[in-house]
Amino acid sequence: MSRVVRVAGGQGFWGDWPEAPRRQVEGGPVDYLMLDYLAEVTMSILQKQKERDPAMGYARDFVGAMESVLPAVAERGVKVIANAGGVNPEACAAAVQAMAAQAGRTGALRIGIVTGDNLLPRLDELLAGGHELRNMDTGEALSMVRDRVIAANAYIGSTPIVEALARDANVVITGRSTDTALTMAPLRHEFGWGAADWDRLAAGIIAGHIIECGAQCSGGNCLHDWRSIPDLADVGYPIVEGSADGSFVVTKHAGTGGRVSVETVTEQLVYEMGDPHAYITPDVVADFTSIQLAPDGLDRVRVFGIRGAPATDKLKVSIAYRSGYKAVGSLVYAWPDALEKAQLADRVLRERLDRLGLRFEKVLGEFVGASATHGPLAGDAGRQAPEVQYRIGVRDADKKKVERFTREIVPLVLNGPPSVTGFAGGRPKVEEIVAYWPALVDKSVVQTRVEVR
Amino acid sequence: MRVRLLDIAHARSGDKGDTANVGVIALKPEWYPLLERHLTRECVARHFAGVIEGGVERYELPNLKALNFLLHGALDGGGTLSLKTDAQGKVYSTALLRVELDIPDDEARVAGLPAAP
Repeated sequence: MSRVVRVAGGQGFWGDWPEAPRRQVEGGPVDYLMLDYLAEVTMSILQKQKERDPAMGYARDFVGAMESVLPAVAERGVKVIANAGGVNPEACAAAVQAMAAQAGRTGALRIGIVTGDNLLPRLDELLAGGHELRNMDTGEALSMVRDRVIAANAYIGSTPIVEALARDANVVITGRSTDTALTMAPLRHEFGWGAADWDRLAAGIIAGHIIECGAQCSGGNCLHDWRSIPDLADVGYPIVEGSADGSFVVTKHAGTGGRVSVETVTEQLVYEMGDPHAYITPDVVADFTSIQLAPDGLDRVRVFGIRGAPATDKLKVSIAYRSGYKAVGSLVYAWPDALEKAQLADRVLRERLDRLGLRFEKVLGEFVGASATHGPLAGDAGRQAPEVQYRIGVRDADKKKVERFTREIVPLVLNGPPSVTGFAGGRPKVEEIVAYWPALVDKSVVQTRVEVR
Repeated sequence: MRVRLLDIAHARSGDKGDTANVGVIALKPEWYPLLERHLTRECVARHFAGVIEGGVERYELPNLKALNFLLHGALDGGGTLSLKTDAQGKVYSTALLRVELDIPDDEARVAGLPAAP
């Protein structure tokens, strides 16, 4: 049998199951543990944390995850690749080294640190140099929101991770690497795929797409035949068994719960999909219409036939900027006529806001239990609901107005429609909105760096 | 014959900004051509009229027996801006599966489609 390299997915987002990383390295053989921590909004949260404390700005959960897998890394040679560095990969590496020292494992970790994705300090230089960083969705120039920008990071690809592995790092910490590069890089490193080996690079990217959301490809959140999915309490997270030719098998450790089937993998493949012909990454443009899937035994799916096209000369940039305030509150109305009572509450509240002269950029009222998720498509079934949650939110640039709104909900308990409860939380909290501004930048202006310590 | 999409397909949805995507996957491979013929962009746009603010795009993935729909203006601005319960479009999947298709009897019989109850 030809050599396979096993890459295990252990976190699908910041906040995923704390048990998963340890279960992945202890449940059977794996070569690499891949941990994805970053969503579109995560970088801005981390940037705010770093502003308050220069030693922060990374996914703190990662230190705990590293502690839980430390024996496997130190004794069995499992390597870890994570984009946990956020806006401060150096501080993240220092925290992991400190944890290892405390555990009596000084010297066990050789940490590769990938930087260069953070464009915030260079933003004005880039704009002055003619890089407009226009919003990919709206076409607007960044100058519109420049003074409110709090984070700007280029999505970087597999190359610096491969370099760190080549320099014998056993832990690689990056900032805003693409989720998919975390899986593709170790395959590229192990099999020596070239930077223009488009089909194999695309295969590695698609392997990454399948496992980047953790158990969402191995039975979690799976609609297909969901009642029959075994033992979700003990769900197995996914593992890619990659081969040199780019084909791979998706599986999970024997004896774990969940399911890996053509159906569970297909559901994950279509998740967050845009144009399937062109899944653009910094490394390659992958073609999802080329993917072939075949069952390969219990909880095993073989993936093959993948084609890729040359990468573009741009990188996507994730920019976060302050964009006003919002607050969302709720009350629960009970049978009989729960929906009708909640609808009356909505009318009363809106009329009071109106009389106060409060106009908002957006007011959204929803009726959970009747129509909140499917709107009018849900039909009339909600009329019979035993209870309905009235959920009301506002959004505006003016924080004072949003604060005033938060004081108008709880009074309805005593001065609005009857049979109301579920207000224990009191006034809702006003949240600052950090909005997302996707842009493109020339690849040539982003220089990544790798340090191994 | 009236056929519920829920009985012949499964689905998963996600988000990109203010756009929700729904991947619709045939429950049996032989039903995929029927989806391609009958679950048109126009049909889905009609289904979501008044629910989403923008247009609908459709992509075909015969290799996965799946169609991918992009529903623009579906998420009240999306991400952190959105006030919606489903700000990330996670359950547009089952909202789309509420579609009922009108399929010629012969075609439905040959394919062995289950009739809507």
